[in-house]
Amino acid sequence: MTETAGTPALELHDLAVYYGDLLALEVDRLRVEPGRVCGLIGMNGAGKSTLFKVALGAVRADRGTVRLGGLRPEQARRRGLVASVPQADDVDPRFPLTVGDVVMMGRYGRQGITRRPRPLDREAVATALDRVELRDLADRPIGALSGGQRKRTFVARAIAQDAQILLLDEPFAGVDRRSEDLIVRLLRELADDGRSVIVSTHDLHALPALADEAILLLRRVLLHAPTAEVLKPENLARAFGLGTAREGDVA
Amino acid sequence: MNPLDWILEPLGYDFMVRALVTTSIAAFVCALLSCWLVLIGWSLMGDAVSHAVLPGVVLAYIVSAPFALGAVVFGILAVGLIGIVRDRSRIKEDAAIGIVFTTLFALGLALISVTPSQTDLTHIVFGNVLGVSPAELAQIAGLAAIVLIVVLVKRRDLTLFAFDPTHAFAIGLSPRLLGALLLGMLALTAVVALQVVGVVLVVALLIIPGATASLLTDRFGRMLVIAPALAVTASVVGIYLSYWWDASPGALVVVTQGALFAIVFLASPRHGVFAARLAAARRARRAGVSARTPDISEAS
Repeated sequence: MTETAGTPALELHDLAVYYGDLLALEVDRLRVEPGRVCGLIGMNGAGKSTLFKVALGAVRADRGTVRLGGLRPEQARRRGLVASVPQADDVDPRFPLTVGDVVMMGRYGRQGITRRPRPLDREAVATALDRVELRDLADRPIGALSGGQRKRTFVARAIAQDAQILLLDEPFAGVDRRSEDLIVRLLRELADDGRSVIVSTHDLHALPALADEAILLLRRVLLHAPTAEVLKPENLARAFGLGTAREGDVA
Repeated sequence: MNPLDWILEPLGYDFMVRALVTTSIAAFVCALLSCWLVLIGWSLMGDAVSHAVLPGVVLAYIVSAPFALGAVVFGILAVGLIGIVRDRSRIKEDAAIGIVFTTLFALGLALISVTPSQTDLTHIVFGNVLGVSPAELAQIAGLAAIVLIVVLVKRRDLTLFAFDPTHAFAIGLSPRLLGALLLGMLALTAVVALQVVGVVLVVALLIIPGATASLLTDRFGRMLVIAPALAVTASVVGIYLSYWWDASPGALVVVTQGALFAIVFLASPRHGVFAARLAAARRARRAGVSARTPDISEAS
């Protein structure tokens, strides 16, 4: 990654995270440049979730520094710079909220104490819903959505938040083809706007069209390079073990 | 008897009017909180906090401090102890909750048994809504007003906390603080409801209305209206039944809430058992002769 313009979206330095005695993640140095889509690839337990949690500040590193857009995680959070798009299992799909309610939650950090929506907020929500093509479903309960529509709702929430750095955890799991294509296109547009998108995924099919670069993770960064380079079978084999390494089919 | 008399006769007694007002107030705030508790999956936590406040209330009585203060201190203590037992040992959360709240509840019972002038305090265990004095009613109304204002002002944050704490965290809010706020309100509400149904049945008021409302709507905002409405209705019905049947008012309020839940559970147009069966039958019919047996077996 030779591009050096702007503050890095994510910068880790001399970082180590332990769960008890178990090393979960160790990173000497990692810089994700702004305005790019970066894939985060690795097995279960390779440290993808830990990396997201450390970036958000939800897990404290035992050693080292974390910077999001040049700021400490708590500063970045308070300024609404970072959005987290949850994995499907992380939220209760039967929760009695509408699509519009969920997207409005992206605005809470910018609202007053009661989070009463102002016209500006309604506008931001409407625009975000347009971008994910869910405007017609704004009043629909999230429980009545398909997995793909629900995922688009959470992407819309990140857009309504006007976040500069988006962290997406397995955005294509249980998502229909149309939603996947739409999300890929949208994330590319967001990156072209100068935002930074980090996507942790098993679904390597989507990566070449989506990501400029990728990080291969196995409790440490094995490789951080352009997507095509990372997806070479001999490189994937290092992260996933030899038996499962067939290009584009590791999930 | 003339139905009007059925309604008017109890209102001729001041203590009955106070019982109706007190029960309705307590049921109202409990029902509001229950909407969040049920959705977070904190029913057992509601049970725990409402029991664990007992020693706090008794100690407050002994040193003549406000009941609410003792209740909040012990409510928070209980939650803290549960967290420590769960996180620092191999004990699972449900067992941790069970150990902490039963121990604190038993401590409360032990304190009652050695405290002179026990009559007041045994009322806290089983409730005594017919004996509520005007001063106690004022205190209950005051506490209820505090809880009402706090949860209504912070309702959107509490809902976000219940739904997606990670997002709350990511936008700079503190899920830990929001959880503590909700538990603090829970402890205050327990004090409000103690005198009505007693420690043992508070948990019913903290679970049933929210659960019932969640079967009636897919909008959280509407749950916040439906749950208190149902709870107040059940309070009035329960108190009247207790007058005419000469039975325990707190118990009848809870039984009425349970009966309302049963009706909704069976007959809710959206999420009731009958509606689900009808929908399954319709799907099966539409699937036609091509025998979608799995649907039919699911329905039966």
